[in-house]
Amino acid sequence: MSDTASGWLQVALLVAALVAVHRPLGDWMARVFTDARHWRVERLVYRAVGVDAGTEQRWPVYLRSVLTFSAVGVLFLYLLQRVQGRLPWSNGMAAVEPSSAWNTAVSFVTNTNWQGYAGESTMGHLVQMAGLAVQNFVSAAVGIAVAIALVRGFARTRTDVLGNSWVDVTRAVTRILLPLSVLGAVVLVLGGVVQNLSSGTDATTVAGATQFLPGGPVASQEVIKELGTNGGGFYNANSAHPFEGPSAWVSLFQVFLILLIPLTLPRTFGRMVGDRRQGLAIAGVMAALAAASLALTTWAQARAGGAATQLAGAALEGQEVRFGSPLSSLFGAATTLTSTGAVNSMHDSYTPAGGLLTMANMMLGEVAPGGVGSGLYGMLVLALVTVFVAGLMVGRTPEYLGKKLGRREMTLASLYVLATPTLVLVGTAVAMSTDAGRGSMLNDGPHGLSEVLYAFTSAANNNGSAFGGLSANTTFYDVALGLAMAFGRFLPIVLVLALAGRLASQGRAPATAGTLPTHRPLFAGLLGAVVLVVVGLTYLPALSLGPIAEGLS
Amino acid sequence: MPALRWGRQLVAAVRLLLVATVVLGLGYPLAVTGIAQFVAPGRADGSLVEVDGEVVGSSLIGQAFTDADGAPLPQYFQTRPSASGYDGAASGGSNLGPNSAELADLVQQRRAAVAAFNGVDPADVPPDAVTASASGLDPDISPAYAAIQVDRVAQARGLDAGTVRRLVADATAGRDLGFVGAPHVRVLELNLALDRATGR
Repeated sequence: MSDTASGWLQVALLVAALVAVHRPLGDWMARVFTDARHWRVERLVYRAVGVDAGTEQRWPVYLRSVLTFSAVGVLFLYLLQRVQGRLPWSNGMAAVEPSSAWNTAVSFVTNTNWQGYAGESTMGHLVQMAGLAVQNFVSAAVGIAVAIALVRGFARTRTDVLGNSWVDVTRAVTRILLPLSVLGAVVLVLGGVVQNLSSGTDATTVAGATQFLPGGPVASQEVIKELGTNGGGFYNANSAHPFEGPSAWVSLFQVFLILLIPLTLPRTFGRMVGDRRQGLAIAGVMAALAAASLALTTWAQARAGGAATQLAGAALEGQEVRFGSPLSSLFGAATTLTSTGAVNSMHDSYTPAGGLLTMANMMLGEVAPGGVGSGLYGMLVLALVTVFVAGLMVGRTPEYLGKKLGRREMTLASLYVLATPTLVLVGTAVAMSTDAGRGSMLNDGPHGLSEVLYAFTSAANNNGSAFGGLSANTTFYDVALGLAMAFGRFLPIVLVLALAGRLASQGRAPATAGTLPTHRPLFAGLLGAVVLVVVGLTYLPALSLGPIAEGLS
Repeated sequence: MPALRWGRQLVAAVRLLLVATVVLGLGYPLAVTGIAQFVAPGRADGSLVEVDGEVVGSSLIGQAFTDADGAPLPQYFQTRPSASGYDGAASGGSNLGPNSAELADLVQQRRAAVAAFNGVDPADVPPDAVTASASGLDPDISPAYAAIQVDRVAQARGLDAGTVRRLVADATAGRDLGFVGAPHVRVLELNLALDRATGR
């Protein structure tokens, strides 16, 4: 069988699996967030936490809870790393340096999982389990909760409350993330992913050398790393490490986990607003953009551009033999389209066009399909922008799902669209104009700029993957990227919840003959175009100096 | 009043994080470890390979078949170049870009070295033999890279090429399910089979 046929069949299997679970999981998630009853174990949690699960929150309160919970998470994770040397199950690892600990704490709380450190030589089992993996769960739950709050803004009328954030975060864990993780972890173990508490084994190799074989509770962390679109690897090589990605089918299963919730949440949205066609339109746009990007990436990698790649004969630098080129491209596209950032191949060594595409995927703003929750709320904000643009063309007041988009709503949506690109471009500009920023580049010329641009794109969009050549574990990058991650996560959340509050307080305007139907292909096409145009106009100058210049040279 | 409101949120946030840390940070991974050790202990422990009761490696983790000076041992099939020198405590790739002059030099040197070592035409050296893997621990090589090593290994061991080729075929895995991933040769398994065949 040729590589091409294998690539197509892999994608076909993946699509079939995602389609098969779309309805049941999407409907289940809608039930989770509309169910009036609490599970017994959840009531125990609410009692321990001391919150009244029956009270709904106005948007500022919802926001405060989410921000406070995240801030506490950063502080706790920072302290845990700083005292690592004195904790049990630390495998002799010392305390993490302050700037690196800050960067990692922000990174995991913001669902980014940018990693300036190498897992196997920095983090003991306790910090991995009780620190990093916990944030893998709860940061994903926060993303889902914020998305659900925005959906309620569309679904509800004339109310000032959006739900209870403590209930939403708890249920996202107890009813969605935790059960799926247990199932997924068992599948991963059967595939060969390690799961033990050993600090490692020294083997005497066939040639007589000593080789350290690391241990760790990897499968339990690997599954939520993908399911929650987090991406932080237990080991430095992430899902390319044979103990994280032991075989090709396991790697394909990981791609499935990555795409599962982001592509299914639109169904949940459709159910909750009482019109499943609306969810289908959103999912359709996400899938179409993802398919186009995947096709281009696979083609670019197979073409093997780049002088060194041509000499080697194929784009196999930074790739594993068992995965092969098509599966590596599939993983690379999925991980950058979803704000995951896990890798099963090294993006820094991708062909110029392939590397450009992984970066462009993130620059889409992580909406195709984006991170868990963040992808849906990002796409819904862009849907508002699309309705607004369409409204300007025909001179009507724009409406989406019967909600009128006035000046305040559009101000919030526009600020949302501007926030991340500003962080990326200003951050890159600051880095390129300082010695501390330029000194960390591994490659020179346009590829060096690409490394820095990739880093800020990845951080501000909460992706977390890297052009790994950049020596990012310096004080400058720890602090700068930490700030980019924090603002890139929480500025949009502030704007989204404010928007949700405005929308929920409105009534619903009846649809008339002049209303733009937002479930038809016309609207879906417009939405796709808006996503691409916003990105194109914002990032083209920077991309021209980096990967485009490299591809043309 | 605002301070009081933030205060109540703060208390709730701290408590929820503590609950999450206990349940998700300890209960969940320990429970999964228990399940894993019950259903597939060998795999959960890293698919370790033992010869005469000694751990010689993991079937999943690549190793170098070189002497103490790093020179390739002719009696063993060679694994791919590794950015980390097959150090199990430091996984990772080279991260060199597609137009990197350094990478171009490395590829040319490796091509010449592999061709000379195996006595083949440089044009017949496949891409995986001249590129470093993503993990630095790639346990596999392509069937093409195994094929150009057969004669050299056979000669070094005094075996006929047919026997070696049969052992290569035994250690070769196709695509998973027939279409996922790429065909690959498991080098540790192959080299151990060779050692058994020649009674070492």
